[in-house]
Amino acid sequence: MSEQTTTPDASGAPDAPEKTSGASAANPVKRFFASPAGRSVGLVVALLLLIAVGAITAGENFMNVDNFFVIVRYAAVIGVMAIGMTFVITAGGIDLSVGSVLGLSSVIATLGAIQTASAGFWPLMVFVAIAVGVIAGLTNGLIIAYGKVVAFIATLAMLVGARGLAEVISGRSTQVVNNQGFLDFFRGDFLGVDWIVWIFVAVAIAGWFLFNRTTFGRRTVAIGGNPTAARLAGVNVKRHMVYLYIISGACAGIAALITLSRTTAGTSTHGQLVELDVIAAVVVGGTLLVGGRGTIGGTVLGVMLFAVLVNVFTQNNLSSSWQLVAKGVIIVVAVMLQQRLANRQAPSTA
Amino acid sequence: MKSFGPTRALKGVDLDVRPGEVHCVLGQNGAGKSTLIKTLSGAHQPDEGEIIWNGEPVRIASPVAALELGIATMYQELDVVDGLSIAENIFLGHELAKGGVLSSREAAKRTRELMERLGHPSLSPSREVGTLSPANKQIVSMARALSHDIQLMIMDEPSAVLDSEEVNNLFRVVGELTDLGIAVIYISHRLEEIERIGDRITVLKDGASVGSNLAVSATPTNELIPLMTGTDIEHAFPQRAPVADDAPVVLEVENLSLAGVFDGVSLSVRAGEIVGLAGLVGSGRSEILETIYGHRKATTGTVKVHGRTLKPGSVASAVRADVGLSPEERKSQGLLLEEPIYRNATLSTFARFAKSGLLDEGAERRATEEQMKALDLRPAEPNRITRTLSGGNQQKIMLARWLIHGTEVLILDEPTRGVDVGARVEIYGLIRDLAAAGTAILVVSSEIEEVLGLADRALIIADGHVLAERSTADIDEHGVLDLVMKGSAA
Repeated sequence: MSEQTTTPDASGAPDAPEKTSGASAANPVKRFFASPAGRSVGLVVALLLLIAVGAITAGENFMNVDNFFVIVRYAAVIGVMAIGMTFVITAGGIDLSVGSVLGLSSVIATLGAIQTASAGFWPLMVFVAIAVGVIAGLTNGLIIAYGKVVAFIATLAMLVGARGLAEVISGRSTQVVNNQGFLDFFRGDFLGVDWIVWIFVAVAIAGWFLFNRTTFGRRTVAIGGNPTAARLAGVNVKRHMVYLYIISGACAGIAALITLSRTTAGTSTHGQLVELDVIAAVVVGGTLLVGGRGTIGGTVLGVMLFAVLVNVFTQNNLSSSWQLVAKGVIIVVAVMLQQRLANRQAPSTA
Repeated sequence: MKSFGPTRALKGVDLDVRPGEVHCVLGQNGAGKSTLIKTLSGAHQPDEGEIIWNGEPVRIASPVAALELGIATMYQELDVVDGLSIAENIFLGHELAKGGVLSSREAAKRTRELMERLGHPSLSPSREVGTLSPANKQIVSMARALSHDIQLMIMDEPSAVLDSEEVNNLFRVVGELTDLGIAVIYISHRLEEIERIGDRITVLKDGASVGSNLAVSATPTNELIPLMTGTDIEHAFPQRAPVADDAPVVLEVENLSLAGVFDGVSLSVRAGEIVGLAGLVGSGRSEILETIYGHRKATTGTVKVHGRTLKPGSVASAVRADVGLSPEERKSQGLLLEEPIYRNATLSTFARFAKSGLLDEGAERRATEEQMKALDLRPAEPNRITRTLSGGNQQKIMLARWLIHGTEVLILDEPTRGVDVGARVEIYGLIRDLAAAGTAILVVSSEIEEVLGLADRALIIADGHVLAERSTADIDEHGVLDLVMKGSAA
């Protein structure tokens, strides 16, 4: 009875070019490039090109195992936060406060009282740092989900407020980490690989798993794709939004721990402007800023791309100003390429 | 004399349009109506064939070029900017200005003139468009087209968002346009409208015109349906066995109110029964459904399912009690358009397929495929992206979602909006099958005929009150409208 019976190919809406999508579904090459993994191919190529540039211009100094770990250690701080940010952005939100929360977390975890209390048991510092992030994230989430404040504004307020609170608490002084157990652990290694690197890897894998394999991840994508539809299907959208900002905050807390171990001090200036690097890495990785589509793998590649870029510039003693210009160019080119690919996959209908 | 010579929109479309006529373009979804419109309005370029405008072959390179020629288009998906005022929307892109300074007084004056001409003098030029109903947004869209000096107006399913009274107003405006010598291309799949206003008809099927420039007066409706579908459609609403007297009451709504919208609504639906709400746009009928479902929080009153009270304002509570809603705006409220079909079909149940939080997408796909086959949704490819489906098939996905969930109460708001003739009949059949299987169904439609055809009982709604309750066997469309008019006047 239906039109599909006679013309299965014309079953689509008049304004939906069925033929195009039908063809790409049939063609495995096209289908691959339209898949999340396929869309990351461009990033892998860009990364390999950048590595080639590094190898040619800096030679041995660039292409050695030690330098590789230098790059990953540098990437870890932004990387951990970018994993949390991928969840928030995929759900259609944004968290501008991660850099300030990192700073606040580093200050509170290194307070004299906390350091004294954790003298015999360094994981207490870890707990405090993450707890600060969780509380900040919970605050963001509650204000956004139940206070109905736009995420951009709510987290902008947290960006300003948390930075100020960090300055008040620390009196703008630098608080040196004197807990040797903490430093020994975070500056140590396991199987020849720094703990910092393991932490980044663990967060990335856990994030990938949560994003792609669990009901939590499915809810995140659904909310970003169409919050009303998700709500009308019975998803508790508000509660889920709170969870997402808690994850982002917790990631900022973990990033604070990595920063503490790398700088051996907590200060209210830690994490200034890193929110921009974090968001840039997520977006370059292929997560849509409007929500509904995200990729953890892409985010990791985006983070690595920027980390390698910084390293190549440093190795060649090039000015950091040009490095910023290069970053800007990469952001624009990457997003333009993604839009091309996205349009090819789902041609516009309106 | 304007004519559009074989425009190769998809496979070959011929039609010509004369000044001052209403030329109806008919066809099911997927027939190529929208592609044709886009070609004429400059959004798409034809691969072959030509468009003759006032005797000259023309190339319409862009929507702006179309407007310069005098071709205006009113799209189905309203293209107004919510944040701007009515006057700002109308003159968007051709703002009235003197030396770069906007002349808002002139714009307001001309807007008032246009609104008067369109039969809505009460709409203030400074009113923000976001606060208007879909029907009034359409008026703004029409006024924008009229603000240009046009010779041809293309209307893409303008009646889809209107109720009977507003459709009458639309037809009056169309009549005014044609009196001025403006030609109208009118796209619709409501056959009864074409009889009322059309002069000539072109029928599209699979991207080709299967009947061109037919005179309405010489073409009976029953000849058009086979042209559109290749099949005859009769008995859309066959007789249904009455619900057993001892069927248990599943949904019970008592004295439900939403401040400022509706008041004191009580109704009950028994297992296997279909109850319809009939009323005009703005009567509160959709809001009643949304409040029952918890999408809006009731001011007073209770909703009970099998005797258990639902938490007001909590969709999750309704879904837990196995209540399902297929919302009015399928695309914006129901579906994740960029996601595969199966993720839409399991949107309310994916957690049920999961084992301790881990998704089982294989099981989701299998369950979806099973429902797609049961609903005759072809091809049964659960991985297909939802956006690429027709309105009818998207509606079937909404049904599949609640079939997988298993509902005691199914609430359907405009179940056939944007669904073409062939698929409508199928959806009616599916709704009746669901009721026959024991689901309590509550349905709203702006087509009164549809409510009366589908439902066993109808509640007549006007101004947020239940005016009357009738068995659908005892009342016809006229009777309903009579009640509504009297009720509104009272």
